[in-house]
Order: sequence, then structure tokens, then C-alpha cells
Amino acid sequence: MSLTASRMLPNNNFVGLRQYATLIDNGRWQVSVVNLALFGVLFLAASLVLGFILAALIDQRVRAESLLRSVFLYPFSMSFIVIGLAWRWLLDPTLGIEKLLHDIGLTGAHFDWLIRPDRVIFTLVLTAVWHASGLVMAIMLAGLRGIDREIWNAARVDGISTWRTLVFIVAPMLRGSFATAFVLLATSVVRLYDLSVATTNGGPGIASELPAKFVMDYLFDRGNIGLAAAAAAAATTMLATVAMVVAPWFYWQTRRSRQAGMA
Amino acid sequence: MQHELPVPHGLVRPGAVSLRGVEIAYGSFRVLDRLDLEVAQSEFLVLLGPSGCGKSTLLNAVAGLTEVDAGEIWVGGRNVTWKEPKDRGIAMVFQSYTLYPRMTVRGNMSFGLQVAGIARAEIQRRVREAAAMLRIEDLLDRKPAELSGGQRQRVAIGRALVREAAVCLFDEPLSNLDAQLRTELRTEIKRLHVRLGATMIFVTHDQIEALTLADRIAVMRDRRIQQLGTPTEIYTRPVSRFVATFVGCPAMGFIAGHLVEGRRFKADGLDLSLDGYQALGEMAAGRPVDLGIRPEHITLAPGHPEAIEAPLELVEPMGSDLLAWVRLGTVSLAMRLPAETPLSLGDRLPVMLPASRFNLFDAASGLRI
Ligand SMILES: Nc1ncnc2c1ncn2[C@@H]1O[C@H](COP(=O)(O)OP(=O)(O)O)[C@@H](O)[C@H]1O
Ligand SMILES: [Mg+2]
Repeated sequence: MSLTASRMLPNNNFVGLRQYATLIDNGRWQVSVVNLALFGVLFLAASLVLGFILAALIDQRVRAESLLRSVFLYPFSMSFIVIGLAWRWLLDPTLGIEKLLHDIGLTGAHFDWLIRPDRVIFTLVLTAVWHASGLVMAIMLAGLRGIDREIWNAARVDGISTWRTLVFIVAPMLRGSFATAFVLLATSVVRLYDLSVATTNGGPGIASELPAKFVMDYLFDRGNIGLAAAAAAAATTMLATVAMVVAPWFYWQTRRSRQAGMA
Repeated sequence: MQHELPVPHGLVRPGAVSLRGVEIAYGSFRVLDRLDLEVAQSEFLVLLGPSGCGKSTLLNAVAGLTEVDAGEIWVGGRNVTWKEPKDRGIAMVFQSYTLYPRMTVRGNMSFGLQVAGIARAEIQRRVREAAAMLRIEDLLDRKPAELSGGQRQRVAIGRALVREAAVCLFDEPLSNLDAQLRTELRTEIKRLHVRLGATMIFVTHDQIEALTLADRIAVMRDRRIQQLGTPTEIYTRPVSRFVATFVGCPAMGFIAGHLVEGRRFKADGLDLSLDGYQALGEMAAGRPVDLGIRPEHITLAPGHPEAIEAPLELVEPMGSDLLAWVRLGTVSLAMRLPAETPLSLGDRLPVMLPASRFNLFDAASGLRI
């Protein structure tokens, strides 16, 4: 399909790799791929770190446990659409936080992140991180609770501070949990269509365009089936490449942590 | 918080540990009840008791891992009640090895020292010395997962030794090991104690470990120390029926009966003289008591006028010696005899029960009379 000149309807005019050449030259496609890469890296790193920190806080029995749970765990039960719309509303300068701050006299405050092209992708990352870190927190918490309390005691007698114990002793023991969370998050990066549609609809301009949205737009709105198929194939290839790197790593990690677990 | 009393120079005993009126509760459940304990410099003290009696809680209180609700803890002449574990001059070994799994043996032993800012050369010296003492030099670059249980516990002991603390705490360090390794490492810990002269407090529920290792044993039951004494005192003069049963293997045998006029003990089909028994208090006639005697204290005395004819019911060979179960009145008692003693079932053995070896306990309270 991606090797044909199909527009509204599929046809069989063979055009070789021309659709792929068009795709690579398409500025909008370039933006969407860069966005995906940027989004993916930032989102994965931030969610894993934040989720781990939250889980560690709860594991150390901070008082705000139920608050943390509700602020971070419940978002995960909502779809990206709801989250996206909520943030769109919160960050709309004429409706949300900015209006609120202006109303109480803070006229210097700017919450225009969703309408500034250079910020919008980071705002999407923020939204998605908030959405996902609850899940990471739950996975990490299960891992943390499985760690022998006496390890903490041993580290305390050794004079190793809580954060050092977390970073140098406990986190390395949770490789399996990190890998699980990583794979789950990675799949949600690929599904990112709905968040960008609901929050910004790719805008302002094409600043928050993403490959999945690109495919959908060309397929339905613009009636360019050939280019959409090429884009879909390209996205799938990227995904497959990532999967080919991640899957063996994941397998290796779980095997290692199982061995360590038996230890 | 309380000011530390200045201790005159020369009197500082870096390894003496003292617990004064220590109380610990989990919620409304009191685990330690106004507990006092003095451990001398270089002493090997064993806390012995069944599981759940509060041994770990007591040890964790000394380590600073559990906060006390009342009372004070002193180590080496300093009040450390509110000090962090690392500032108490103690090191600790745990039951479950608790090695840091992603670090090498060397990393496990040196990480705490690095964090404390100790010079690299000094760390290397300490690790080398501890590794040599524990014969784990060849393992320094391995990860814990590549070690056997015995090796792991050696490493954990090594990690405690490099702290060069005056007090070493052990919480059942041998209970996860199989029998042979356990005896081996037990001897090694005793050797370390002799060599280092550190104060050691060792928690166990294994009475053999307690008897073999301890300078003094504290037998614990239900949140308090029931008896504190040398292994010989604990073994030969237990203060309660509980201590008598808990210490010694094979266990002490008991005959239920009562005291009668003229310092005698009477039970179904038995009437024994108590001449030679060192009683703690008065022995009122009619008082119901349990008479306990250890298997090795019952002897064969052919031709002796006081010997009792007792039928042999069962023989349990134990290698170097054997256990012969004989019937006395309505109870079966074990006696320990040399392995080569010629015996056949149904023999009537002339047995002697020496009153000096008796342990009399009040039947109601279980306390020694
Ligand atoms: N963190 C805790 N919370 C509530 N109860 C505890 C806790 N730790 C120990 N206990 C209880 O305190 C008692 C003594 O425990 P412990 O000191 O661990 O005993 P031992 O080491 O002699 O087996 C036990 O009955 C145990 O159930
Ligand atoms: Mg215990």
C-alpha cells in the first residue's frame, strides 16, 4: 500500500519508494518524529524517576501517603482524553490557572505553556508523566515492599544515609521492577495519539504533532492513504527497532533479577 | 536529652554496654518491661530464648534501630539512647545475611567506610585484615549471588569487623545455615572473640550455641530476663522449670510429686531422699513439686543399697554414648550411658538418683525451690 500512489481510495499504481521520500521531506512528519523521540525520552526518564521517588516516600511511611496515592494513582484510571482535556482547560489562559492567578492579583503570572510552540511538547510530557507516574509508583512500591527490612537496618548501622541506601543499594535491587515499568510506559508512548489530540490537537501550528496523529490525519482528513501507510510503516519500523533492543534487554534483566532473587 | 557525664580518663571502657530500665512497646503490646542488663567490656553475652520473646527487640534497641519508650542505653560510658546506630560504636550481623546484592564482597565491606570518609589506604587495610581473618580473600571480587550461605555470612561478619567497633551485635547469625556450617562458623566466631577482645552480644534460640559461646547467658521469656548467669550456672542450677527445659539436650526429665516430712520426695511408686539437695527456701511438707534430673546425672549403681530397680524400655545410641529410657514409677526417664554399656530391653537396671543433682520446682509457679 505504501508503495502505491493511493489517495482517497486504494489503487495499484506502483510508485516504488516515492511515498517514503515524500514522507522524509515532509516537514510535519519530521516535527512529529522529533517530538516523539523527545517526548519518549523525557517521559520515560521522568516517569521512572518520579514514580520511584513517590514509592520510596510511601515506603518510608511519610504522612501524606493517601494524598500521594490519590494525586498520582487515580489519574491512571482515567483515559488520556480526560486528562488531556482537563489540562487543556487548566492551562487555557482565559479559563484556568492563569486566569485564577490573575484574578487573585498575580497579573505577572503566565501559564501559556500550551500555546507557546517552544514549550508545548514539554507540557505534554508533564501531563503524561503525571498520568503515568502513579502506575510506576505502584510497581516500584510492590518491589520495595519485597525487600528485606534488615537490608535497611544493615545500611543504617553502616552509617549509609537513607537516600544513599535508596540509590546505591535498593534501586539496583529493583531492576526487574524498572524493566516492567519501562516496557509498560514505552507502549503508552506509542499510543500517544489521544493525549496530543485532546490537549492541543497537534498545535499550536504543528508544534506538538506526533506520528500517530500524522497517520490519522493523512488517512482520514487529507485523503492520502499512500503517505499515511508509509508513515504507519515507518512508525512501526521504529517501534520494532526499539522493541528489538528492549525485548532482549528486558529478558536478560528479569533473568538476572530472578537469579538475584534466589540468592 | 541528657548530658553525658564526664568519665575520668583511664576508666573509659569502650565496650561495656548497659541497659537501664529499658521499655519498648509496639502500640499497646509491651515487648520489653523495665529491663536492666550490664555487659562487661570484652564479655560474650548470649541472649537465649524462644522466638517472639523480644531478643531481637532488645538487640535492636542496643543498636539504635528501635527507639526505646523509657530507660537508657549506655555504650562505653556514653549515653547513646538517642544516638544514631552509626554513632554508637557498634557493628551488627543479621540472620538473613543482608548483603548488598549488587555490590561485590569488597564493595559490601568498604561502602560504609567510604561513606564515613575514611581514607582509601585505611579501608584497604581493614578489608584485607578482616578478609584474612575470615578466610574470604578469594571471594573479594564476587557478588553475593555467587556465594554459598556460609560464605555470605562470613562476608556479613567481615562487613561488621571492618567497622572496628568495640561492640559487635549478632542476631541469630547462624540460623539460616545447615548444621555442619553452623558448628564451623560458631567456632570461628568464638575464635574471633578471643582474638579481638570485642564485646559481643549474640542472640539465638539454640541452647547449644548459647552454652558453647557464652561467658554469660541471659535466658529470656515473655519480655523479661528470667536468668542471667554463666553457662554452668544456667545448666546446673536453672531458676525455673522453663529454663531447665529450654537448656540442655537431651532435655531434663521430670517426675511430678510432692514433698513429704523428713526431706523426702514422694510420687506414684517412688520415694526419694532429698538429703544433699541445696534448697533455696524452706521445703514445706505437702507442697506439690516437679523433680527434674538430667540424663547424665542418673547413674548405674549395682549392689548399692539405695539403687532402684528400673526396667529398660528403649535404647537410643548417639555415637559416643547412648540414651537408655528406664521406667521409674509411672514416668520414663532418659539416662546417658557410655556407648559400649551392654544392655538388652527388659533388663532391670539398678539406677541411682543423686539428690545433689536434683532440680526441684514449685508445681504451680515453676520456680526453683
Ligand atoms: N514492628 C513490630 N510491630 C509489632 N510487633 C512487633 C514488631 N516487631 C516485633 N514485634 C513483636 O514483638 C515480640 C518480640 O519480637 P522479637 O524481638 O522479634 O522476638 P525474637 O527476636 O525473640 O523472636 C513478638 O511477639 C513480635 O510479634
Ligand atoms: Mg529475632
